Amino acid sequence: MISLLPVGSAVAFIFAWLVLIACSATAGLGPFRLSRAAVVALPFTLAALPLIFTVHEQVIADLVLGPVHLTISSEGLRRFLTITAGSWLSVQIALLLAFTTPFHDLVDALRELHLPRILVSIISFMYRYIAVLGDEASRMLRARDARSAGAGRGTGGSLRWRATVTGRMVGSLFLRSYERSERIYAAMQARGFEGEFRHLGARRVGRSDLFALTVMLATFVLYEVLAFLWLPRL
Amino acid sequence: MTTIDTDHAHVHAHMHPEVGEHAHPHDHGDPGAARGTVEMTHVHFRYPDGFEALGGVDLRLDPGEKVALVGPNGAGKSTLMLQINGTLQPSHGTVTVVGLPVGKTTIRRVRSEVGLVFQDPDDQLFSPTVFDDVAFGPLHMGLPDAEVHRRVEQALAAVGMRGFEHRLPHRMSLGQRKRVALATVLSMDPSILVFDEPSAGLDPRGRRELIGLLQGLTQTLLVSTHDMRLVAEVFPRTIVMDGGVIVADGATAQLLADQRLLEAHGLEAP
Repeated sequence: MISLLPVGSAVAFIFAWLVLIACSATAGLGPFRLSRAAVVALPFTLAALPLIFTVHEQVIADLVLGPVHLTISSEGLRRFLTITAGSWLSVQIALLLAFTTPFHDLVDALRELHLPRILVSIISFMYRYIAVLGDEASRMLRARDARSAGAGRGTGGSLRWRATVTGRMVGSLFLRSYERSERIYAAMQARGFEGEFRHLGARRVGRSDLFALTVMLATFVLYEVLAFLWLPRL
Repeated sequence: MTTIDTDHAHVHAHMHPEVGEHAHPHDHGDPGAARGTVEMTHVHFRYPDGFEALGGVDLRLDPGEKVALVGPNGAGKSTLMLQINGTLQPSHGTVTVVGLPVGKTTIRRVRSEVGLVFQDPDDQLFSPTVFDDVAFGPLHMGLPDAEVHRRVEQALAAVGMRGFEHRLPHRMSLGQRKRVALATVLSMDPSILVFDEPSAGLDPRGRRELIGLLQGLTQTLLVSTHDMRLVAEVFPRTIVMDGGVIVADGATAQLLADQRLLEAHGLEAP
């Protein structure tokens, strides 16, 4: 919804942000936790930075850096700020979902939304094993550090050496994961798995869920219409 | 696999007369009358790389027996255990579980009768929540939802992990994960339980809890372990394996007293 807002709809963004702050506060996260956490995503908006220089409407300044001639346009700036604000808010929304909903509920929801079962299973396995894999990686790193002479960061020598060691570790992590996957498959087979995942039908999309979904979608559409037709823009 | 059809007569000839007394009350007259039994005859197994892991194993487990499987690493213990639920199938010889020869047509039934618990609970627990994991077996046996819920509740109660249904496996201690791993097979109501190294890595308290659990189980129990104190405490019968064959099989007390036997196979008395 956020990314569909028209360029420069500052008021719509601010209003969305206020709603998010309210949600964050009612979810017991503290009003600004999401806003702060979402800052980590801002470096990715650097990808939109060239917009400032590549749009040639309403030029407000010329920069001459030796042979390079750059024009800064206010239209480009507006687009850049829109993308930045939009991604910052979108990340906050994703974080709100992640902070407030247990992962297995998300997986159940994906299944109910008829995402292919194999994808749902992959996501669920990924979530289960990412911590195990992380543990294995950190044990290997510790073992590397324990056997590397010297102290402090970047122990044990040149960048080239460290890169070599890291490469080998990635390889061995892959092998370990592969072997683990074989063991997991054996464990699944031992409990009757024959290639098809089954799930309890306990959590179905009910009437109230459909109602909530409809209200939400209607609100989004209305908000977009408002933002396009009525709310002031920069 | 190759000898499945030939062995019905053989199995019945070997069946001990007392089996009927221990058998499941409603399972008369069909293969289920031998619930809890395992029989291996001349089992050989060769891995695809040519390594012969089992070189002719003969073994019989009676209902409710608690048997320890000991021997050095690489003796073939794990390979033997994987034969019992058909994950691996013998290159030669037969494996009969609850009176059924293990093979393609019987594999479903065999796997629902044999609960195999792997050494690393991270291999055993692959679902996002404890509930999902314990429900996996019953669900894939095709049981109705209400029965699955009942089984999960019972299994978690049996291992003292009620209330953990919605916990995430990777946020629990090793001892807790091992207990849940046991629940994941108990929920399938197997008559035979096969554990690989259940006490490895457990702290003393976790180990005591495990011993209590093992002692309380009524199923046929085959447990591979290096923990000789565990063997002495829980298992009346011990099988010693080395080099892919069974080198001794008898009362635990006698075997553990045989210093020469233990030394010859890299074991130590508790």
